[in-house]
Amino acid sequence: MSLMSDLNQKAFRRGVPLSVHLDVTYRCNERCEHCYLEHDGDGEMNTAEIKTLLDQLAAAGVFFLTISGGEPLVRPDCFEIIEHARKLRFNVKFKTNAILIREKQAKRLRELNVEQVQISVYSHRADVHDGISKVPGSLKRTIAAIRLLKSQGLKVTIANVLMKGNIHDAEGVRQLAAEVGAHYTLDPTITPMMNGDTGLLRLRISSDSLRSVFQNTDLVGNVEEFCAPPPPVDEDALEGYPCSAGHTACYVSPRGEVYPCVQFPITCGNVREQEFLDIWQNSPQLLEVRAIRGKDLTTCSSCNHLGTCTRCPGLAYMEGNMRGPSAADCEKSYVRTGIVTAGMRARANSSLRSDLVQIRPYIAA
Amino acid sequence: MNDIYITRSNAVAARELGGEMMIMSATDSTLFSLNETATLIWQAADGKTSLAEIVENRICQEYHVEPEVAYQDAEDLVQELASLGILLLSDQPVGNAQLEVMQ
Repeated sequence: MSLMSDLNQKAFRRGVPLSVHLDVTYRCNERCEHCYLEHDGDGEMNTAEIKTLLDQLAAAGVFFLTISGGEPLVRPDCFEIIEHARKLRFNVKFKTNAILIREKQAKRLRELNVEQVQISVYSHRADVHDGISKVPGSLKRTIAAIRLLKSQGLKVTIANVLMKGNIHDAEGVRQLAAEVGAHYTLDPTITPMMNGDTGLLRLRISSDSLRSVFQNTDLVGNVEEFCAPPPPVDEDALEGYPCSAGHTACYVSPRGEVYPCVQFPITCGNVREQEFLDIWQNSPQLLEVRAIRGKDLTTCSSCNHLGTCTRCPGLAYMEGNMRGPSAADCEKSYVRTGIVTAGMRARANSSLRSDLVQIRPYIAA
Repeated sequence: MNDIYITRSNAVAARELGGEMMIMSATDSTLFSLNETATLIWQAADGKTSLAEIVENRICQEYHVEPEVAYQDAEDLVQELASLGILLLSDQPVGNAQLEVMQ
């Protein structure tokens, strides 16, 4: 067992929130077409409130801290926040679009020993990237910033969200990452907006495009292994927990709201009203999330993919049931392996049934 | 025997979990886990207290070991941690201004 998985298991057994994703603002200087946030700064925590929160997170045992947004650098106190986090000895991962990073900022991030900077790049072609970010010249500025960060010796990860508008550019972005010495990750997941609006889902790539991504050795590694049929569901899968959300990880919004994950919009409390640890240990919502095991999932517990599916409970929650399947993950499991999921069968049966309804229920005005 | 003064490096992240210190290097993302004794030494590494004092006041009292044996083990440990960039070693106490830069 690796030290990292040992660490995760130890935190899990002790109920320690090992990782926290903190958005310090929802304001942003880009307007990416797939973004799930509304970009207002209403009710944002001030510097003192965020520092108090960081103190509480450190006391609760949080080790991995992701500072993100919105664009965190639009806050004039951004470096003061990072500095405080580093004094508390968090491992800091910083997510940014990087267009505000010049030499001075790159140097400061190095001085503060930020462990990793993650930057979104949608394409190696300016017209495509800038078309998604809605900021002319943004790709040029982002790449210049990546080079500055690398020249400071910082670890940079390029995060490539795949959607209809840039699906053909994944290879170009991967090559760009190699050229500038950055790590490359891709993510075909487009989520609904935090307010539940599902309009963004129109940007999701097609099943055929997803299949070509999953069949690309450069992007997924060993294709045969990646696309292998799932092994038989065993006791571990049935007794296991869906993901780290609410178990060893959670999300805090710029307004102090605590959620199990950035993709799981069920409010569990607010650090302006309660100590973080009190929310973490006693929130009824977190306790409910924490209690769900594989065998408790309404449809997925009978699915062949249970042990290997990337099922996101947050996406399932946004579809109406945190114990139910997530359509996007059903699609991924199916496209990856060619084996139909229990969620797909349930949806097919349900649409068949609804077609058979001849008498609609009477709803009083 | 020359005194050694040890200071926690500012290039790492650290958090205690279940009595053991987790440490991750910001320069190469390597993860380390210190056992209880090493954790005691890490926590006492303020740049102002000599290793001999740390061993005498923290290790020997806690674990009832001979000071000479404990010191030799502690010295080997801090040399190793220094080679990994986790601790900084000095032959004299570190001033506050220098500590501000290092920690």
